[in-house]
Amino acid sequence: MHAHSDHDHPHPPDSDDALTYYQAMEVAVRELLIEKGVLTADEVRRQVEDMDNRTPARGAQVVARAWADPAYKARLLADGNSALEEIGLDRGPYKLVVVENTPAVSDAAPVHNVIVCTLCSCYPRWLLGLPPDWYKSRAYLSRVVHEPRTVLHEFGLELPEEVVLRVHDSTADMRYLVLPARPSGTDGWSEERLATIVTRDCMIGVAVPRT
Amino acid sequence: MSTPRMNPVAQRFQPGDSVRVRHADPPGHVRTPWYIRGHTGVVERVCGSYPNPEELAYAHPGLPAQPLYRVRFLQREVWPDYTGGARDTVDIEIYQHWLDPA
Repeated sequence: MHAHSDHDHPHPPDSDDALTYYQAMEVAVRELLIEKGVLTADEVRRQVEDMDNRTPARGAQVVARAWADPAYKARLLADGNSALEEIGLDRGPYKLVVVENTPAVSDAAPVHNVIVCTLCSCYPRWLLGLPPDWYKSRAYLSRVVHEPRTVLHEFGLELPEEVVLRVHDSTADMRYLVLPARPSGTDGWSEERLATIVTRDCMIGVAVPRT
Repeated sequence: MSTPRMNPVAQRFQPGDSVRVRHADPPGHVRTPWYIRGHTGVVERVCGSYPNPEELAYAHPGLPAQPLYRVRFLQREVWPDYTGGARDTVDIEIYQHWLDPA
């Protein structure tokens, strides 16, 4: 509570006193686990802290390394989890499938990849952190498989007709990372600088890196 | 766990094989999207074998493990009104017990 009563700006509701069903269940289970000595409060806190520390910067580091080192890229495409471990990252609880956006090469058409989970919101959280809210929306789930070019257009990404668009529906035990194409004009960039242009959306496939 | 590890179900398909997704509507937790049932695609890769999620969802062990495939479908075959490129695809993970040879 604050003392002044003559102002007219809105305040957010004080919602700490109205738990949802699942919030109440989480509190109950957590308190029981701590009470029974299965977990400590500090372990729970550290796990939450660690979850919050996972960000798309980890994925950007992987992409930048792949751009800088063709041999690493080959290993990443062959076995994503081992390639993460190789550069000191958590290999993760799921198999990582890395799909590469490729330019037109002689007779091969260019390819662009985009990721969705139409059944829920499967996402490589250990590598990219929490998914964006739109990734979990029914509109994205249902529309990106059916009219992906329109969805990408709405995200500001125009794909030429000759680009083969591959939608990957993450329905089971794989998790996906899009390896974007390295933009021109980045010759001689350090891995650190390359990583700055690799955003979360580029690794989901609704955007491409820009210099 | 003292339970011996069961061998996975034998793998029936190889990359490049044409497969048709069963057009079934079983009750319970299913991880084969509705929109792809009954459609024909090509095995893109074998992902390994995993406990069956339809049983895991009800606290059963899901064994023997089912081979899992990434199957590639042409968008124009999946959606009659698809307006994108003729070679556009949707790649989906599907467990073997949902697939028949096509």
